[in-house]
Amino acid sequence: MLLRHMAVTAVLLGAFAVFGTALVALTENDTRDLIAQNEREALRRKLNEVIPKNEYDNSITTDTVQVVSKPLLGSAKPITVYRARKQGEPVAAVITTVAPDGYTGAITLLVAVRYQDEAIMGVRVIHHRETPGLGDWIDSERSDWIGHFTGHSLSDPNELGWRVTKDGGIFDQFTGATITPRAVVKAVHNSLKYFSAHKDELFQSGVAAKDAAGVDHGTE
Amino acid sequence: MAQNNFATIARDGLWNNNPALVQILGLCPLLAVTNTTINGIGLGVATMMTLVVSNGIISLIRNWVTPEIRLPVFVLVIACIVTVIELAMNAYFHELYNLLGIFIALIVTNCNIIARAESFASRNPLLPALFDGLMMGTGFLLVLVALGAMREMIGSGTLFANAHLMFGESARALTIRLGDYHGMLLAILPPGAFIGLGLLIALKNAIDRRRAERKAVPAVAVAAPEPHTA
Repeated sequence: MLLRHMAVTAVLLGAFAVFGTALVALTENDTRDLIAQNEREALRRKLNEVIPKNEYDNSITTDTVQVVSKPLLGSAKPITVYRARKQGEPVAAVITTVAPDGYTGAITLLVAVRYQDEAIMGVRVIHHRETPGLGDWIDSERSDWIGHFTGHSLSDPNELGWRVTKDGGIFDQFTGATITPRAVVKAVHNSLKYFSAHKDELFQSGVAAKDAAGVDHGTE
Repeated sequence: MAQNNFATIARDGLWNNNPALVQILGLCPLLAVTNTTINGIGLGVATMMTLVVSNGIISLIRNWVTPEIRLPVFVLVIACIVTVIELAMNAYFHELYNLLGIFIALIVTNCNIIARAESFASRNPLLPALFDGLMMGTGFLLVLVALGAMREMIGSGTLFANAHLMFGESARALTIRLGDYHGMLLAILPPGAFIGLGLLIALKNAIDRRRAERKAVPAVAVAAPEPHTA
């Protein structure tokens, strides 16, 4: 009798598990395409903020290359670089670089660099955990600070100018927050250096450009 | 009788036994996401939907589930519902989903939901169970919205910021800027959540006391026993 009761109970529990899993699997199946499409759309929207739609004609979200460079791109993990081309010719690269030294952890940025003159086309923060009201001024929704990078390059300003004003550079910090803008300025500067050293490798189709320094796999 | 019953359920969920203000359940998401009104609405609606559906399903299966497997089955049902809601939000409200992040998935661990399943839905027929889910969910939602609005106004000087994430681009105009005020940071940060919730609970208790006093004076002290379920 007890055995029978146990068996019935176990089957019942099993049946609920099967029904539940089936329900979740069906929903997943129904929403999978839509979710993937949403993610592509969100990515495209972000990319278009740093590089205008009419500047390129390739499928920028899929024309990518993975690169590793801990010293210049801030992460030991592969970094995605989106390549913008017009009629097959390189226009710009959008590097998803990481500023590892934000006030509360890493800040992920999109940095678009023009191929021709190696100047910044645009910078956006795509992920951060900086203090609301202080460090989050790097977010384009909160202020237009991040827009000040546009047009600058390795030679404009020079090495010493690529700092926040407090450190003698040309980029403003915010009241009460120096660490955050300092980390962002450094990361943008480093991505310019990376781009300048690797720009032709980056545009070779499908070949993953590797930095010699990329071997240096530190722990994060 | 039945009508009276429904009125009691409504009063319990919205006020007397409010999940956030009286039972103090589900504090983790409540405190974490209420830095804006829209976040509060988003999480509140998702939690309410979970409560209604889970109460409904649990009431329907209450006679089949043997006591030994009651809890695993409830957890299973709730986890499935939350996963389905999470997928649906990711598909239809993608940006809001990104904003609320992990807290949607964490609805599973909101004790509120298993508490209603255990103490109400598993003992009552479908209709009252659904209604209980709706009322408890609304009670929770209202606190989330009140706290979110309070913290957003004091903390960033806006109201309904990011409304477009929920209601589409046309809702951008809903965002209200409170003049030139740029906010007191404390309200947005975690301490602001605790202080805000504390103030709301105090306010509720003050209202209750004033009501009780008013009632006690004219009608010669026939204190009705508080209907407590939890």
